[in-house]
Amino acid sequence: MIHTSSTHSTSTFVSRTLCRYADTIFKYITLIAGLIILFILTAVTVFLLIQAAPAMVGDKNQTVWAIRSLSGGRTIHFWTYVGPLIFGTILTSFLALVCALFIALGVALFITQYAPRPLAFILSHVIDLLAAVPSVIFGLWGGLVLVPSTYPFWKWMNTYFGWIPLFSGQASNPPRTVATVSLVLTIMILPIICSMARDIFQQTPVLLKEAALGLGATQWEMIKLAVLPFGKKGVISAAMLGLGRALGETMAVLMILSPGDLYSWKLLVASQNQTIAANIAAQFPESDSAGVSVLIATGLVLFVITFLVNIAAHHLTGNAIHTKQKNNIRHPLCINKQFIRCSETD
Amino acid sequence: MGQGLEVINENIYYGAFHAVENVTMSIHKNAITALIGPSGCGKSTFLRTLNRMHEVTPKAYCTGEVLLDGVNLYGKDINLVDVRRQIGMVFQKANPFPTMSIRDNVLAGIRLNHKRLSKTEADDLVEWALQGANLWNEVRDKLSSPGIALSGGQQQRLCIARAVAMHPSVLLMDEPTSALDPISTLAIEDLITELKKEFTIVIVTHNMQQAARCSDYTGFFNVQGNGKPSHLVEFNQTEQLFSNPLQRETDDYISGHFG
Ligand SMILES: Nc1ncnc2c1ncn2[C@@H]1O[C@H](COP(=O)(O)OP(=O)(O)OP(=O)(O)O)[C@@H](O)[C@H]1O
Ligand SMILES: [Mg+2]
Repeated sequence: MIHTSSTHSTSTFVSRTLCRYADTIFKYITLIAGLIILFILTAVTVFLLIQAAPAMVGDKNQTVWAIRSLSGGRTIHFWTYVGPLIFGTILTSFLALVCALFIALGVALFITQYAPRPLAFILSHVIDLLAAVPSVIFGLWGGLVLVPSTYPFWKWMNTYFGWIPLFSGQASNPPRTVATVSLVLTIMILPIICSMARDIFQQTPVLLKEAALGLGATQWEMIKLAVLPFGKKGVISAAMLGLGRALGETMAVLMILSPGDLYSWKLLVASQNQTIAANIAAQFPESDSAGVSVLIATGLVLFVITFLVNIAAHHLTGNAIHTKQKNNIRHPLCINKQFIRCSETD
Repeated sequence: MGQGLEVINENIYYGAFHAVENVTMSIHKNAITALIGPSGCGKSTFLRTLNRMHEVTPKAYCTGEVLLDGVNLYGKDINLVDVRRQIGMVFQKANPFPTMSIRDNVLAGIRLNHKRLSKTEADDLVEWALQGANLWNEVRDKLSSPGIALSGGQQQRLCIARAVAMHPSVLLMDEPTSALDPISTLAIEDLITELKKEFTIVIVTHNMQQAARCSDYTGFFNVQGNGKPSHLVEFNQTEQLFSNPLQRETDDYISGHFG
């Protein structure tokens, strides 16, 4: 009797030490994973910087020539060249984000809060499927289906909402316009935002929902009191992910948009804007080394924009972490730190 | 003014599981009714049927009638939202809105009622509710910090303040003092004793002294065995039930000879 109990305790002891090793090993694995990400990020940055260097500090003459030929003689300065591209990139992505966010939130709320189970199940799976469709398919679909068929709709918008500057001008036919591009981008980023929002809404603690319902909230008031505040951070992350995808989207834009180099808000008119990514893809094959260097410099600008967007997102979500730490709230991050510290000291 | 509740032949289910069987009970107005019984005997379940929170759980339902001043809460044209606005609830686990400020938490119910309050009225209400829940002194300087920035017991008291601030006609409290120290516990008991002038109160508690101390009526729930539905063993005036229980089972439970 005594004998068995003692072996039992030894074996627990052994497994405990194993556990501790497992902790250490796990810690280093996560550390390495983190370092790999950092390394890749640095490598990309360095690559972009080196490739873009000639356009910034290299032979002035060559760069001037390259920019002149890239811009079709419009300008010889890098910033005047890239300016409209930045504008076009942000315009298309932002439009797509706004539209997608509204629809995605609506669908996610419908699936998680209102829809009967079988319907929610089907919708959920459809969205997950859509999220897996490669963007080139959306691009093709946009180019082959939407461009030939959506003109009446845009014309209608133009006729009745033309007084809004965004829809002013003469609606182009075929609509190789920012409007069509944004529509396709919307559809492209919709599933990912929707599926993330759905997942986060689904995790709303029952306790919180009951708190609202118990106070006599209607379903919609319950959503406002419990579901949306709970999901806010997740939704912002999802939106940023979607925005990132839209900012960098190449194929869909390339296949739909008739490019232009203006700072134009006329969404329904063709040949007004172009995005950085699509511009790189379009110009790359016919560029010499100085031209490539200029294009890569525009890529660097896109990289910085994406980076800034992500920082902004972290500010929106991550700032809460800091204030929360002050208030002594356990955030997963600080639990993690404590956890690591404990395992070190013990 | 409080309103009385009349429960008639109520059976409560979670899907196929019959949780509570055939309860008939009168909850007197402007009195405190305590519900006692061993863990898992369906006190929370029963309590949640009194303001129709039970059916929030998927597949949960109940049969029978619950009359609030003669009106069946489970009647055809009863609006769920109205029921819950009239019959407030403090949940077993504290559930303040985490990102909402302490002040807004207290006012959450009022805001849902679309009652317009001036700032001073709102301030007074917040102070009154938090005073009552014995939380005012601890939070008076940080009313704008989020509800989650409170300790577990403070959160529980915040939830009490939130429910009380609505001035419901019936207040259901599920173990409202389970996470509180003796001083706060007594303060909450004082609060409900004070509030019974205004509300009807039903309180679930594991603390027999608490039931004896502050309630007017006590109901004892028990369950016969695993998987069997529980039932109301005895319901009586608190003094009667504790000094002179009619059922052997009740006697065993309150004197600690249980099981
Ligand atoms: N959501 C649920 N789904 C299915 N069964 C449930 C659910 N909630 C509770 N039950 C069951 O109903 C019975 C009563 O539970 P209830 O929570 O009402 O007990 P209680 O008396 O409040 O216990 P405690 O004193 O521990 O809070 C238990 O057998 C429990 O397993
Ligand atoms: Mg309970």
